[in-house]
Amino acid sequence: MKISRRRFLSMSGAIGSGVALSSLGLDLTALKAHAAELNKTDQVRMARQSTTICCYCSVGCSLICSTDKMTGKIFNIEGDPDHPINEGSLCAKGAGLFGMTEVNQHRLRKVLYRAPKSNKWEEKDWDWSLKRIARLVKDTRDKDFITHNEKGELVNRVESIAHYGTSNINNEECWTLSVACRAMGLINIDHQARV
Amino acid sequence: MKKELVKLIDLSRCTACRGCQVACKQWNELPAKRTRNLGSYQNPPDLQWNTWTLIRFQEHEKKDGKVNWLFRKDGCMHCTDAACIKVCPTGALYHTEFGSVSMHADKCIGCKACITACPFSVPKYDPETNKIAKCDLCYTRLQVNQPPACVLSCPTGALQIGAKDAMIKKAYARAAELGGDANVYGDKFVNGTHVVYVLPERADVYDHLPVDPKVPLEMIIWKDVLKPAALLTAGAVVAGCFLHYITHGPKTPDDETTCEGGNKS
Amino acid sequence: MTNHYIDLKNSDCILIMGSNAAENHPIAFKWILRAKDRGAKIIHVDPRYTRTSARCDYHVPLRSGTDIAFLGGMIKHIIDNNMIQEEYVKYYTNASQIVNPDFSFKDGLFSGYNAEKRSYKKDTWTTMKDEAGIPIRDYTLQDPHCVYQMLKKHYDRYTLDMVSSITGVSKEDLLLVYNEYGATGAKDKAGTECYALGWTHHTVGSQNIRAMSIIQLLLGNMGVCGGGINALRGEPNVQGSTDHAILYNILPGYLKMPSGPVDTLAKYIEKYTPKSTDPQSVNWYQNYPKYTVSFLKAIWGDKATAENEFGYSWLPKLDDGKHYSILHTYDAMYAGKIKGFFAYGSNVAVSSPNSTKVRRSLEKLKWMVNVNIFDNETASFWKAPGVDSNAIDTEVFLLPAAASMEKEGSQSNSGRLVQWRYKAANPPGDAWADGDITMKLMDTLRELYKKEGGAFPEQILNLKWDYRDASGKFDALKVSKQINGHYTQDVTIIDPVTGAKEENKKGETVPTFAKLMADGSTSSGNWVMAGSFDQKGLNKMAKRGKEDPTGLGLYPEWAFAWPLNRRIIYNRASCDLEGKPYNPNMKLLEWVGDKWVGDVPDGPAPPMANKEKGKMPFIMKVDGVGAIFGPGMVEGPFPEHYEPLEGPLAKNLMSGQSLNPAVTPFKSDLDKVANADSKYPFVCTTYSATEHWCSGFTRWQPWLLEMMPEAYLEIGEKLAKSLGIKNGETIKVASIRGELKCVAMVTKRLVPFQIDGKTVHEVGMPFNYGWRFPEDATDASANYLTPSIGCPNTFCPEYKAFMVNVSKA
Repeated sequence: MKISRRRFLSMSGAIGSGVALSSLGLDLTALKAHAAELNKTDQVRMARQSTTICCYCSVGCSLICSTDKMTGKIFNIEGDPDHPINEGSLCAKGAGLFGMTEVNQHRLRKVLYRAPKSNKWEEKDWDWSLKRIARLVKDTRDKDFITHNEKGELVNRVESIAHYGTSNINNEECWTLSVACRAMGLINIDHQARV
Repeated sequence: MKKELVKLIDLSRCTACRGCQVACKQWNELPAKRTRNLGSYQNPPDLQWNTWTLIRFQEHEKKDGKVNWLFRKDGCMHCTDAACIKVCPTGALYHTEFGSVSMHADKCIGCKACITACPFSVPKYDPETNKIAKCDLCYTRLQVNQPPACVLSCPTGALQIGAKDAMIKKAYARAAELGGDANVYGDKFVNGTHVVYVLPERADVYDHLPVDPKVPLEMIIWKDVLKPAALLTAGAVVAGCFLHYITHGPKTPDDETTCEGGNKS
Repeated sequence: MTNHYIDLKNSDCILIMGSNAAENHPIAFKWILRAKDRGAKIIHVDPRYTRTSARCDYHVPLRSGTDIAFLGGMIKHIIDNNMIQEEYVKYYTNASQIVNPDFSFKDGLFSGYNAEKRSYKKDTWTTMKDEAGIPIRDYTLQDPHCVYQMLKKHYDRYTLDMVSSITGVSKEDLLLVYNEYGATGAKDKAGTECYALGWTHHTVGSQNIRAMSIIQLLLGNMGVCGGGINALRGEPNVQGSTDHAILYNILPGYLKMPSGPVDTLAKYIEKYTPKSTDPQSVNWYQNYPKYTVSFLKAIWGDKATAENEFGYSWLPKLDDGKHYSILHTYDAMYAGKIKGFFAYGSNVAVSSPNSTKVRRSLEKLKWMVNVNIFDNETASFWKAPGVDSNAIDTEVFLLPAAASMEKEGSQSNSGRLVQWRYKAANPPGDAWADGDITMKLMDTLRELYKKEGGAFPEQILNLKWDYRDASGKFDALKVSKQINGHYTQDVTIIDPVTGAKEENKKGETVPTFAKLMADGSTSSGNWVMAGSFDQKGLNKMAKRGKEDPTGLGLYPEWAFAWPLNRRIIYNRASCDLEGKPYNPNMKLLEWVGDKWVGDVPDGPAPPMANKEKGKMPFIMKVDGVGAIFGPGMVEGPFPEHYEPLEGPLAKNLMSGQSLNPAVTPFKSDLDKVANADSKYPFVCTTYSATEHWCSGFTRWQPWLLEMMPEAYLEIGEKLAKSLGIKNGETIKVASIRGELKCVAMVTKRLVPFQIDGKTVHEVGMPFNYGWRFPEDATDASANYLTPSIGCPNTFCPEYKAFMVNVSKA
């Protein structure tokens, strides 16, 4: 049973027209050509295998990603039988982790920018976007920064910028975000721990 | 048979997390389809060409009036007397060395004979490829001594796979441990299936589960008498149509099965 | 979690209350069913019969928001029937301490209440100390002012009749649960509690957990295998993101965020370093200065010196007594006080309460940065249904992020197990890992400040910010080592007893937080993570050893658990005063000769029977014992039942206080309330489904969307029948704040409650849905219905209990 890879992960039912499925479509031709003669278990055995920790609940299940050595693309993700907690098992979300990789046509691939009053996204590059964001942060911070509060206490902060963060990034990213927020003088700092 | 295997489904341990349902799609590269919520957690509403295993959700009222939410993993039972194999005009469906029922997709001609033959309504037709699709118990994984994707994914031990005798013994031990109406389903009919359930309730309580599944008599006649001749004398396509016609008349099985979901009691 | 996921198998009774573990932590259920296989009883107390209930021995439905009444009744039952673990209660808790005679409780209010400020002055919420500063104790527990007797008195009102009338749980079911769970008070039995957002999402969220903590202390279930209080946390790294303090009120490692009046490092250390004169108390937080200074060294690097108070003044400071949670932030945003907003990896337009207020607030921003892997209702708020994009001036950036398998780093599970993940592929297109985004954004900002100067540039420019690899990419390993900590100079330590010399070289990673210093000679970004590397730089988080020498599922060689690889915290409480395990069949720890054997113990000191050197087990508490009397909470030292902001009752059956007296509701025109209002007669609760995750980035994943394709309201058969609603039809759900249309899922699994003699129906719906995707979806975010109000300790919103009306669409 081989189905067309192009249909893989696409939804064949009526789905509305909005998102440009074709422009965000898959290009797995390299993988397909390389893998044509092999069945999937063979492909897995020949792949580079690396472990990852699931990105959904907090049980911390381990999964094995199989990456094609020629294309560098992940083509299979399944439970890690060596892991003492999940012992290879996964729930629906974990078992579907592959659906979040690059094969998902809906993944964001470009920086998107929406100008004031605009009704559409524009694609931008990182350089322009980072410069623009930094400019906005700096202008806001410089304008609204207070060294002392109403009581005259030294507070060195900016109240008009807020950060609402995530609990779905690595510890190292959490820590750098946490200290970056403090270095910008932010105090409205929160994240999904409360929700 | 080299090594007959049985997949044991202990429904008393199933939490309906549906890891199996997705793991199957992941491994077998089966796409999703747009569905609707029909008033049930069960989705898609039935097995489909792109959904080889499905958790059925069913609300059942117990004798004491308390609610009991039944979960049943549906999918191919991998029969020993497999009606689908008997009826398949091209030999696309076949028994593997593990006793499971697998399929040579290239041989499938889309005649749908197996759809009407299967007592469990398992094979489904994919109009785009003009082929039948169903669970093959992850044949390529079994060949390298890996559990099927669904079994690997199961968190609670509701799914296990192992040597036939050991699994059936285990099933009976579990049913005895559970007591009450708990029973073993699968070892007694069609000469034994290679998927065996431990059912906490009587079989007739479960939706879409035949209490006494049989291979229809005409299938046996077909396999043993007519099929060899038909394959010799007519083209396979003709044979398939002919078989379908003589057994069921000019009816096309639905390829998009719908049902009202799993909330029936 | 005080314990860990695998440890659930060691329990004799698992109370799942405030959690839907089978649906939201499916793999946890592997271990719960293993306990069941051993004969443990599994109890689910929840308004809904869920996939969890289906696999439990008992499902006991209770009305949302009445957990404290239920648990208060259990406390009373345990005391009245003497089911406590007596030795444990006497020596390992503060039950024997004497409460301040001025402390009082009357008609729902504790002493010290200020009705105008809706807050308490806590000066009477104390226990008595002798002249040496050591707590006065009555080990007979008979003194009428001892904590135990005060507890007994407080919960005397929680009779079966009263509790049943409030919660809707039958008296038979109450007794069933109380007796099953109370039986774990036996020395060799352990009961555990699994909670999740079902407990935190209430205006009494923290006190729900406190009430259970009291029960666990009474039954001797803390610190033991198969016991503990186990928060099954909802997000993959919410443990780590909390540890690292992406929160306004703490700094990494749970250090306090400084406020205005605490204007010098000396004052900060004086204020937050607890003192104890009790020789049997470890009082671990006496090390607070070491962790503080080491953190300051980590954030500011070489710029932090003793002369500049290690850069303490560069930290922003809060106003004393003010809060800056996301609920407060929206209130400020709605009032036009917030101009810029970073929404990293989040979709607040769907996930935050009172969506209308949130979305109207976003429209007032000057700029917003959303980092995500899919588009979402927050990033695209300006084109939501009914929104005129032309009227919105916000500049919006949607930055494409890498998914979890596309980057390297560590993640902490609820059991404090910190595991390393590896990069399996590059992210698609221009997507970057969040680490790279933060790194590059700060680089750009710092460049601007270097070039142009600006407001207090020291704060930004003094930040140590060199966490790149050779290719200029975010280097997770480098950051990880910075978090763990290292020696900033050569340090020689001489053992005071043996005189042995220990040489530590500058740059070596610190192998334990016990080595951290307050003089700037060590740096550690987060002291609880110190020890995640050994001194040679070996990354313990990546360890994959499968040995389990105790057979208890501790797996000490698998990854790293903070603190110090301790798998069960407060584990010394699993042993008696002599250090012998209460349950000899589960030797988590045992004092053998002159040392502890088993799990990594809470410090090396001998057990309490050793009068000279022995220490009490709860080392993080200043008095060394578990707190049955808990003055740290803002609404009282004993949990008390209050009604949710919105409920079916006009009056709290327990007291004259309906809403938690320490909660201050927001006052904007969008913060409407309908308590005991006939227009909104049904209790509603919200939740997530197995197939979805939070605000729904799972909606963009076809396999998951296929199984749970659209928003639905679960509604009991009786209520549906009375409203003429059929299964699968579209219905309207409305609260006073908003309304939506979704599918009716008519079910036998929801049954009406008898509350104060009247029938009360409860309905529920998942909060995972929104208009942006799938494209044909309705705008059915459940949070249109929920109120912006939260627990006054944590500001977790009250998503779990509010009032709605349901009608045919």
